[in-house]
Amino acid sequence: MIHSLFIINSSGDVFLEKHWRSVISRSVCDYYLEAQRANPNDISPVIATPHHYLISIQRGGVSFVAVCMEEIPPLFVIEFLHRVVDTFQDYFSDCTESIIKENYVVIYELLDEMLDNGFPLATESNILKELIKPPNILRTIANTVTGKTNVSEVLPTGQLSNIPWRRTGVKYTNNEAYFDVIEEVDAIIDKSGATVFAEIQGYIDCCIKLSGMPDLTLSFMNPRLFDDVSFHPCVRFKRWEAERVLSFIPPDGNFRLISYHISSQSVVAIPIYVRHNLSIKTGEQGRLDLTVGPKQTLGRTVEAVKIEVLMPKCILNCVLTANQGKYNFDPVSKILHWDIGRIDVTKLPNIRGSVSIASGSNTAEINPSINVHFTINQLAVSGLKVNRLDMYGEKYKPFKGVKYITKAGRFQIRM
Amino acid sequence: MTDSKYFTTTKKGEIFELKSELNNDKKEKKKEAVKKVIASMTVGKDVSALFPDVVNCMQTDNLELKKLVYLYLMNYAKSQPDMAIMAVNTFVKDCEDPNPLIRALAVRTMGCIRVDKITEYLCEPLRKCLKDEDPYVRKTAAVCVAKLYDISSGLVEDQGFLEQLKDLLSDSNPMVVANAVAALSEINESSPTGQPLVELNHATINKLLTALNECTEWGQVFILDSLSNYNPKDEREAQSICERITPRLAHANAAVVLSAVKVLMKMMEILAGDTEFCGTLSKKLAPPLVTLLSSEPEVQYVALRNINLIVQKKPDILKHEMKVFFVKYNDPIYVKLEKLDIMIRLASQANIAQVLSELKEYATEVDVDFVRKAVRAIGRCAIKVEPSAERCVSTLLDLIQTKVNYVVQEAIVVIKDIFRKYPNKYESIISTLCENLDTLDEPEARASMVWIIGEYAERIDNADELLDSFLEGFADENAQVQLQLLTAVVKLFLKRPAHTQALVQHVLSLATQDSDNPDLRDRGFIYWRLLSTDPAAAKEVVLADKPLISEETDLLEPTLLDELICHISSLASVYHKPPTAFVEGRSAGIRKTLPARQGSVEETNAQEATVIPNQESLIGDLLSMDIGSTVTQAAPAAPPTSNVDLLGGGLDVLLGGASDLSSGGVAPSTTGLLGDIFGLSSSPTMYTPPKTCWLPAEKGKGLEIMGTFARRNGQMTMDLSFTNKAMQAMSGFAIQFNKNSFGIAPAAPLNLGALQPGQTLEYNLPLSTNGPVQRMEPLTTLQVAVKNNVDVFYYACQMHIQVLFVEDGTLDKRVFLTTWRDIPSANEVQYTLSDLKGNADAISAKMTHNNIFTIAKRNVEGQDMLYQSLKLTNNIWVLLELKLQPGVNHATLSLKSRSVEVAPYVFQAYDAVVKNV
Repeated sequence: MIHSLFIINSSGDVFLEKHWRSVISRSVCDYYLEAQRANPNDISPVIATPHHYLISIQRGGVSFVAVCMEEIPPLFVIEFLHRVVDTFQDYFSDCTESIIKENYVVIYELLDEMLDNGFPLATESNILKELIKPPNILRTIANTVTGKTNVSEVLPTGQLSNIPWRRTGVKYTNNEAYFDVIEEVDAIIDKSGATVFAEIQGYIDCCIKLSGMPDLTLSFMNPRLFDDVSFHPCVRFKRWEAERVLSFIPPDGNFRLISYHISSQSVVAIPIYVRHNLSIKTGEQGRLDLTVGPKQTLGRTVEAVKIEVLMPKCILNCVLTANQGKYNFDPVSKILHWDIGRIDVTKLPNIRGSVSIASGSNTAEINPSINVHFTINQLAVSGLKVNRLDMYGEKYKPFKGVKYITKAGRFQIRM
Repeated sequence: MTDSKYFTTTKKGEIFELKSELNNDKKEKKKEAVKKVIASMTVGKDVSALFPDVVNCMQTDNLELKKLVYLYLMNYAKSQPDMAIMAVNTFVKDCEDPNPLIRALAVRTMGCIRVDKITEYLCEPLRKCLKDEDPYVRKTAAVCVAKLYDISSGLVEDQGFLEQLKDLLSDSNPMVVANAVAALSEINESSPTGQPLVELNHATINKLLTALNECTEWGQVFILDSLSNYNPKDEREAQSICERITPRLAHANAAVVLSAVKVLMKMMEILAGDTEFCGTLSKKLAPPLVTLLSSEPEVQYVALRNINLIVQKKPDILKHEMKVFFVKYNDPIYVKLEKLDIMIRLASQANIAQVLSELKEYATEVDVDFVRKAVRAIGRCAIKVEPSAERCVSTLLDLIQTKVNYVVQEAIVVIKDIFRKYPNKYESIISTLCENLDTLDEPEARASMVWIIGEYAERIDNADELLDSFLEGFADENAQVQLQLLTAVVKLFLKRPAHTQALVQHVLSLATQDSDNPDLRDRGFIYWRLLSTDPAAAKEVVLADKPLISEETDLLEPTLLDELICHISSLASVYHKPPTAFVEGRSAGIRKTLPARQGSVEETNAQEATVIPNQESLIGDLLSMDIGSTVTQAAPAAPPTSNVDLLGGGLDVLLGGASDLSSGGVAPSTTGLLGDIFGLSSSPTMYTPPKTCWLPAEKGKGLEIMGTFARRNGQMTMDLSFTNKAMQAMSGFAIQFNKNSFGIAPAAPLNLGALQPGQTLEYNLPLSTNGPVQRMEPLTTLQVAVKNNVDVFYYACQMHIQVLFVEDGTLDKRVFLTTWRDIPSANEVQYTLSDLKGNADAISAKMTHNNIFTIAKRNVEGQDMLYQSLKLTNNIWVLLELKLQPGVNHATLSLKSRSVEVAPYVFQAYDAVVKNV
């Protein structure tokens, strides 16, 4: 099981350690730091040392390194570390070095509550929040005055019930349930513009503020679309198997209800194209010309478009003019960023200009790639549609809302 | 207000200042002070000096303060064990608190304090908490048992906590069940024998499956992992387990998904006969595996390592999912390499075009390691998918045209393999290869190129010039290039002897006279001798046809693969090594294997093909092939077919078990043996079995104890050999026995003195029988605790009952007769002694030495009847009748005693005595 956790910043300082069993010297982190020094972006998630196994994740410039001593499912540890990060983000709205340092004691209390002897104890945000109240200014002041603490004195109600994700006695004046259907398009497009590979990774994120114990049923117009689904534990799997509806008692607040995967059955629409031309000859100035345009968007506007071009190593600098948005080129990482914004169909965004090439470099081995980001509101690119939401178990009429967003996931174009 | 204020270091007397704040009367001040202490502790400062002051704050009704103090205690109790005792009372009191949160907190914290004195006090509260009315407390207590086991396994066993833990498996609350499973599996993991403490049976499995649906995601992982250790009794049970587990594949937690995959993979092995069911199950497995690849890179990495195993075992599951393994340029390198590996495994005629165009794309990437692997992958595809070979070769040629140095070198290495696989097909490209001769600077690429030149010397017009140019720097070449050069020149000579005589003489003299590499010299001499005695034979040997190489490289060995399939989702699956190979301190005890298939065994992956070993050994192979084809037959290890393989797995287990036993029964040390010999030669004494290992060194922190029991001149002794295998001297030895069936206790204290590293000391400990008596199971079990300056060690050993036979065990004939009649026939047990040697008198004499006395001897109808009696130290009389037939080497033994439980042990003693003296 998980013996210890070390939190390390990007310069390699261990700034928090927590041991759930006997204390392990922080010198064990040296193996990790060595890997970090060698290649900060490619640290293997599992590192074996003579006596320990270091399983790590990196988030926001902070590394979380769990130390284990015996055979253990690595995914178990990785998932747990993700949960730790999520919890910190949930509590402090971000998870950076300075925030962790500012909230040492709460973090220590949280870590202690999340793991006992290396076994996960309470990882549901609902339960944790009942045990240890998230800090806010008002409460801090009130506590100083009244002498109360952030630590609950009673056992959280949800801890042992069959629905550990929801506490009892939730009350709201406005009862609301919002669903965001978010779809990310992962794709690889080859030089000629043909799709090498495309899939949709979708999520339904909910913000549910409903009083009491509502029992919700969400149905889709076209539930056969999904290739694979992963549910929040609240979803009743049997009903899904039988009727293809999502029936659940929701957690209170924000949570991810379902994530799904669409690839093989349906052709994935590619909402954007990039026309690109990069001509490089040894000893000359090269030319770059990029045009971005919408493809299959069902009439919606493509917004927040950003383009990253990983230029070949031989390129020293770029002098470009863009008819829209701003660009910058980082000569060290060789990445050209072009922040476009929304695409106007009447005047397609274009960037062109010259690139200077290091003399004597081999120009034969160049294959720049483009990473594309975009957002399309009011569209789920798979065509998924929520049919209706019904509520049972409570009398009031909730306010319901569904929003569709399509985004680029890992959307790459090879040049 | 943030917590960073706790880190503002004050002047010099920081500790002093904290001390005074801790002793402040105001609660608020105290709490702030404790927070400061904790903050210092988290960053690794030593604040242990404040121990008494912090502990003083413990008795409080403020839960936050209490928690903080507990945090502190957990960290420092080990270094201040005497102080930690001060906290015990509060703990015990808190375990009775009406608030379940406090009860749980107390029992949880106590388990974390790894101080022996505290653990003693832990037992009672823990026992109560395991039966607490509140499930939250029970589930915390379950974990506490695992903690306690880690500190003192003996205590957990003695106090019956294991039983209580097993009872929790049927708890009404799924959370409690999950934690009990987790605790039990952890205890299993660290148990000395590696044998599971709890045998899963049908009933428990059902309970676990029920709890699976309701417990937390972490609990589900624990339950699934222990389900994977269960072998269902029939196909129907396996099927029902599969059906109940399949929904877990849709869980949001990747760990749950992968653990479920593990169980399903194992069950599919059992259900292999039911192709329809397996087919649908396979279809269900693919989507969740694909989904794992859209998660964070860390999850992807672990998933890919596991998928690598799964596609080797069942290539069909993911055969349509090739595209998800296509590499994105910003994938971390560890993900890229894994994806590439799987792409090659999935490559088939159907998708080869796509794969090749991807690989070609990768070969122009930035990352050198990845590019090399991509080029190699193209070569592997050529060998694996025969119809695509031509395409692959032309792709490789395109890559060579790029003139990128490492791409060219890598390409040449793989082209050599392609030539081996498809001889006389692609030789037209040799000229292109030769153009790049000058740019090759890596030994492997140079060696491959030289091999190609030698192999096709007859088609390369300037082969002699090329080789000659290599010879100029012969001394500076890497050994493998030198060896290849030697062979290539000899080949050239045999093929085109006209103008190459000088060349071959040159290389032979270089190899035999100027080199200090023995391999090179030997080979040089062999060639020399061959060429000078019989050039025809040399031709036959050196230019012999080479066996074809074929498809799959670096496939895992099937037995290993099967074992690893059982370890899907674990560290073993990431390393692709069995846990025994890397988990520290793990006894080699149990190796998991897939259950033998039921029904007809379909040989799906029986591959007779020879396996290409990795590149280094390949060069070696090439060489051996040049020398003689008979050798080559043996060189590539043909993988055993999977039929044999299952057997192999089974044998491994058996052998593993057997070797454990044999290592337990190590031969006695020489001194002990000498003693035995002397004893025998002077006067026959009681049979003493050889010493066995009671405490292996790895358990005893370097102390190894071997021992046996003996009886000499009416005195029982425990003969012990202590060996110090640690680096430090050991001292302060003491020994104690637990209560046992015969009240055995040390008659004198263990007076061993110091034991130097590497030293072995013999010690005969006299035993008495006036210790406390408690019935043990088996009867002859004796639990021993040995203490030294390092630690206390516990072990259990089996006594030999003959040491308990007392000297005055003779009965008067008449008493014998009446007693025999008086004991009811229900108390009579029969046994057959086999492998007898000698006649009745000889046996009787042997017996007498072991305090088994012959009362009378009769001859009835040609059979010898011996009537014998013996008495145990606790005055149990045992009467025996031994029926011997002349000329037959087995005998019937009837035993009567008022305490008939001793019978099996007496029979054992008979066996030992008869066979061993």
